[in-house]
Amino acid sequence: MDTNAIYVLWLRDTKRFIRAKSRIIGMLMMPIFFLLGLGLGLGSLVHLSTGGSYFDFIVPGIIGMSLLFTSIFTGSAVLWDRQFGFLKEILVTPNSRTSIVIGRIFGGGTTAILQSILVVAIALLLGFQIHITALTILALVFMALIAATFIGLGLTLGSLISDFQGFQLVTSFFTMPLFFLSDSIFPASALPTYVQYIIYLNPLTYGVDGLRNALLGTGTFSIWTDLLAMLISTIIMVSIAAYAFSKTEVG
Amino acid sequence: MKEHTETDDIKADKLTKKFGDLVAVDGISFHVTNGEIFGLLGPNGAGKTTTIKMLTTLLPPTSGDATVAGYDIKKQQNDVRKSIGIVFQDPSLDDDLTGRENLEFHAILYKIGKEKRNEKIAEVLKLVELEDKANVLVKNYSGGMKRRLEIGRGLIHQPKILFLDEPTIGLDPQTRRHIWDYIKKLNETNKTTLILTTHYIEEADYLCNRVAFVDKGKIVALDTPKALKDKLGGDIISLQIGKENQEVFVKILKDLKWVKTISKHDDFVDLTVEEGEKKIPELVVLAGKHNIGIVSVSLHKPSLEDVFIHYTGKTITEEAGNPMDSMRARHSRWNRR
Repeated sequence: MDTNAIYVLWLRDTKRFIRAKSRIIGMLMMPIFFLLGLGLGLGSLVHLSTGGSYFDFIVPGIIGMSLLFTSIFTGSAVLWDRQFGFLKEILVTPNSRTSIVIGRIFGGGTTAILQSILVVAIALLLGFQIHITALTILALVFMALIAATFIGLGLTLGSLISDFQGFQLVTSFFTMPLFFLSDSIFPASALPTYVQYIIYLNPLTYGVDGLRNALLGTGTFSIWTDLLAMLISTIIMVSIAAYAFSKTEVG
Repeated sequence: MKEHTETDDIKADKLTKKFGDLVAVDGISFHVTNGEIFGLLGPNGAGKTTTIKMLTTLLPPTSGDATVAGYDIKKQQNDVRKSIGIVFQDPSLDDDLTGRENLEFHAILYKIGKEKRNEKIAEVLKLVELEDKANVLVKNYSGGMKRRLEIGRGLIHQPKILFLDEPTIGLDPQTRRHIWDYIKKLNETNKTTLILTTHYIEEADYLCNRVAFVDKGKIVALDTPKALKDKLGGDIISLQIGKENQEVFVKILKDLKWVKTISKHDDFVDLTVEEGEKKIPELVVLAGKHNIGIVSVSLHKPSLEDVFIHYTGKTITEEAGNPMDSMRARHSRWNRR
């Protein structure tokens, strides 16, 4: 493992994130609108069969959503980078492809977590109430695992697909179902059983459920089940990404 | 062609790359000697960049073999990567980082310790004259500054062999000249072996010890620029002497051993000779002896372009770029802003 490469890629992403103030605001716009529109607006009409406020229910879902979108986007930036940018410079250096994948995941993960913390802060201003226990800190772990899983997916897509038009199509083909077929914005129990099976195969379901367990103290599964599921999905997705990336050719 | 020896830094043996049905590089073989400046000259799409990408381990060859610094490009990729530096055709700097950060990250990627790193960065910044811009974000650099930074970055880890893919593409003549001088200096002081691709005739002629003409994935000719030009039969001297003197003068010229060909047109006599500039005085004296008045003399040295036309029947720049090239060009324009 080449720790130098991991460190450089992490440092690069973090520096870029801190410098791009306008980009941070841009990335926060969608979660803010979801918090206002779905959380407060639509939430005033919704009564959960499971009890509790809909706003509190949906905040972890919106954190999950912003993690999902930014992570897939971050990971898939490799497609653009591979053709034109900085990536080639890294690929000719004597560092293993796996270290490069891990470095990107660390970098992308750090920025995704920072962004999620900002979403939590905004939610708190809008009335979100965290149920603080010793396990609350695990929220950060779930954020990291959701980010790692989907940066892995983004990297895989970015490595496999080489044309730009097809790429847009394929990413939305993945992101939309991943988002809606999770229990991010509604409880899975509200849906027919066969749809529930799909939802329970989606890593985002466990990530968001883990966030609910950590932040609200309540969830569908136990927090340890969520943690185990997310660890497994992270290992699988990162391995696939490392493999796909090692096969990638620079155009 | 010379025998391959121990001092060869690059040996390519029937190197081939196919993309589907398209044969981008078609069985290229050549060797680059230690400390040499070697050029691959050819039009866009000839396969120069693909060749470089195979030699720098970015693309696996479809068939054929090559060693770089004595390491196999297929089996010892990491050793190859440790021995080389590359300056890409497309910008590969991070625009959102400063010049210094770009150099620093590069040094860390080559595992250069902090003290040595700072020393090398200072040295390179001085060489490419970017000391006062080191802490400015690269997106605010001009095209020439970016190019210089990229070349500097390729030198940080003191590679034995440096690849330069179209090092001066899209630069103004002054900056181009500047970069040529760096390249020469680098080769002289550090003994770095340089392999560069270009479609600029003057660049290959000015810089390279040896040039390979690449066309449609093949090497059509390979030699020193001088030898390549000499193969065309030498320089052309045109003497304007008036129609009435042509017959007499041609008869005189036929007795000279060093005149290779003679032809008449209008009131001119054209001769092909070697080292034309040295022959002009002799011709003038000769004409004077026979009371033949010379109205004008002109000397045309064959350029590498003439040689390329001789081998391929076309000029280097006439081929249109493929869609990816124009996309790249567009992208680099954005970056230059």
